[in-house]
Amino acid sequence: MSSMALKLLKPFGLTDKLNLAALIKALVVPMTGILIFLFIWNIGARNIHTSLGEFPGPAQVYEQSKNLLAEHNRERQKEAAFYQRQDDRNAKKLAKNPDAEIKVRAYTGKATFIDQIGTSLVTVLAGFFAASLIAIPAGIVIGLNKTLYSAFNPVIQLFKPVSPLAWLPLVTMVVSALYVSDDPMFAKSFVTSLITVSLCCLWPTLLNTAVGVSSISADLNNVSKVLRLSWLTHVIKIVIPSAIPMIFTGLRLSLGIAWMVLIAAEMLAQNPGLGKFVWDEFQNGSSNSLGRIMVAVIVIGLIGFMLDRIMLMLQKKVSWDKTQELR
Amino acid sequence: MTAKTHLELTGVDIDFPTPSGPFKALSNVNLKIERGEFVSLIGHSGCGKSTVLNIVAGLYQATKGGILLDGKEVNEPGPERAVVFQNHSLLPWLTAYENVELAVKQVFKNSKSKAEMKEWIEHNLQLVHMDHAMHKRPDEISGGMKQRVGIARALAMEPTVMLMDEPFGALDALTRAHLQDSLMEIQADLNNTVIMITHDVDEAVLLSDRIVMMTNGPAATVGEILEVNLERPRHRLELADDAQYNHYRAAVLSFLYEKQRQPGEEVKVSALSEKKTESDKQAQNLQDTEQSSAEQNSEEAA
Ligand SMILES: Nc1ncnc2c1ncn2[C@@H]1O[C@H](COP(=O)(O)OP(=O)(O)O)[C@@H](O)[C@H]1O
Ligand SMILES: [Mg+2]
Repeated sequence: MSSMALKLLKPFGLTDKLNLAALIKALVVPMTGILIFLFIWNIGARNIHTSLGEFPGPAQVYEQSKNLLAEHNRERQKEAAFYQRQDDRNAKKLAKNPDAEIKVRAYTGKATFIDQIGTSLVTVLAGFFAASLIAIPAGIVIGLNKTLYSAFNPVIQLFKPVSPLAWLPLVTMVVSALYVSDDPMFAKSFVTSLITVSLCCLWPTLLNTAVGVSSISADLNNVSKVLRLSWLTHVIKIVIPSAIPMIFTGLRLSLGIAWMVLIAAEMLAQNPGLGKFVWDEFQNGSSNSLGRIMVAVIVIGLIGFMLDRIMLMLQKKVSWDKTQELR
Repeated sequence: MTAKTHLELTGVDIDFPTPSGPFKALSNVNLKIERGEFVSLIGHSGCGKSTVLNIVAGLYQATKGGILLDGKEVNEPGPERAVVFQNHSLLPWLTAYENVELAVKQVFKNSKSKAEMKEWIEHNLQLVHMDHAMHKRPDEISGGMKQRVGIARALAMEPTVMLMDEPFGALDALTRAHLQDSLMEIQADLNNTVIMITHDVDEAVLLSDRIVMMTNGPAATVGEILEVNLERPRHRLELADDAQYNHYRAAVLSFLYEKQRQPGEEVKVSALSEKKTESDKQAQNLQDTEQSSAEQNSEEAA
């Protein structure tokens, strides 16, 4: 037990001096917070009556999360069975006539909650990477050049606060018009979601990178000048490393925005993902719907939190400034 | 002496643009430095010492006049004029070794093999006694060690002239003494030309062949130049009671606190130097010939 506890506490920096006060701070206090929250939620839920029944409390949500998992497993079994049947059928055909034409069709079942999570995760990461790929280099170029910065700053400030819901119709139309191919590599809905996410989460990375790059200490710039570093070496050896803390601050903000935007975009555009799941359940309107939506809400929160932690871990790994407090 | 001057500042003026019009920081700065000479710049804070150094480094452009290094005009920064910055200016994400490596790779990319570079980097870190901590990052070593690495980085560029802007200014007295000794050893070995800014009179006298004293700004210029003819190697303990050494000290102090006394500024002479006023007077009687003003100097040049 104790070694297990030690391992669990390691991330909290408690292994060195494990005293009671620290233990309380690290475990007991957050636990108490969660318990109080569950209690209030429970009481509150009992007192809210909607047309779809009582608002789901913790117990119903737990129940629904089990159901959703079970549905997913059933769907997977069906899928496996489908492929089994298809393989058997084809094997028989081939046994009779080796030259027979066999058909392999993909299973087209209903996307489960877990599938939707997967879709959303892939979309958000793709959109976030696309945005970073544009925002970091653009931020570096803008940050290094005062004129460019003054030129683009108004545009950036203008687009930064635009809601994804405003972009979505435009993006949808543009994707429909331009992304035409008989055998598209990606579904149109995926491309639409991705572009909307990118457009909305580009700005924090762009701005933070530009600010980080433009605030490099004059001394380091002088070192670079004395060494006569080429532009590229200067950027790689001096500019990027010194802007890394700011770049990561931007990336973390961007990823958070990307995740929020994606759910909204999926909901509005009926694109596959967690947003669509929520919308479908809402339209469905069964007595379980609210509970299932609540499960989605919690999962969305957990994933957002997880994504941020992963970014934080990366940030700590690449950060040279060990005195900077990261949280 | 040889006909050609190694490093020459001729009629250097600089105007900084400010919201209220141009600010003339330096006016008609003239200075000639021989190869292998160790020259200190001393003057009150804000008079323009760093500006002079930055012009020699090529980081600032003189508004009038210019710099010749071995007959060639200086108009951009370059590794042959390596700079040791006051606050070390090491790249905080690189180890001591990697910081020196960045410079070595840049300067010797075409002339040294990988193995030779490694040896050269380690050699320079050894020179400043940093070989034991060469794989530590700046935030893991003390201020004095950082400054040592900064010096190693500059030395590793094999500069024609080494420019040092108050290199030991931020260090405690003991660390500063150690680094001064190291610098004297290295200078004796390599015989680099060095221009060093300092605000420490003892440091200036101990290390320099000549001390260039600057007048107060704006439009600062070279006030007096003091030749320090003390035998090398110099030892701080032996020199403490040396009459000639104390005479030089007194000369610099008198320039700073009598001739260039800043209005409203209290004369700050440390407890140590107050004790020495007796010997200062004796020294002054013995020696009165060493001082040479900037005017005299330019007459010689003409
Ligand atoms: N880049 C600059 N722009 C405007 N004024 C400057 C600049 N650099 C230095 N100065 C001014 O020139 C004078 C000399 O500065 P500096 O050379 O840093 O003095 P020191 O190194 O002797 O303390 C100061 O009055 C300072 O304000
Ligand atoms: Mg200065």
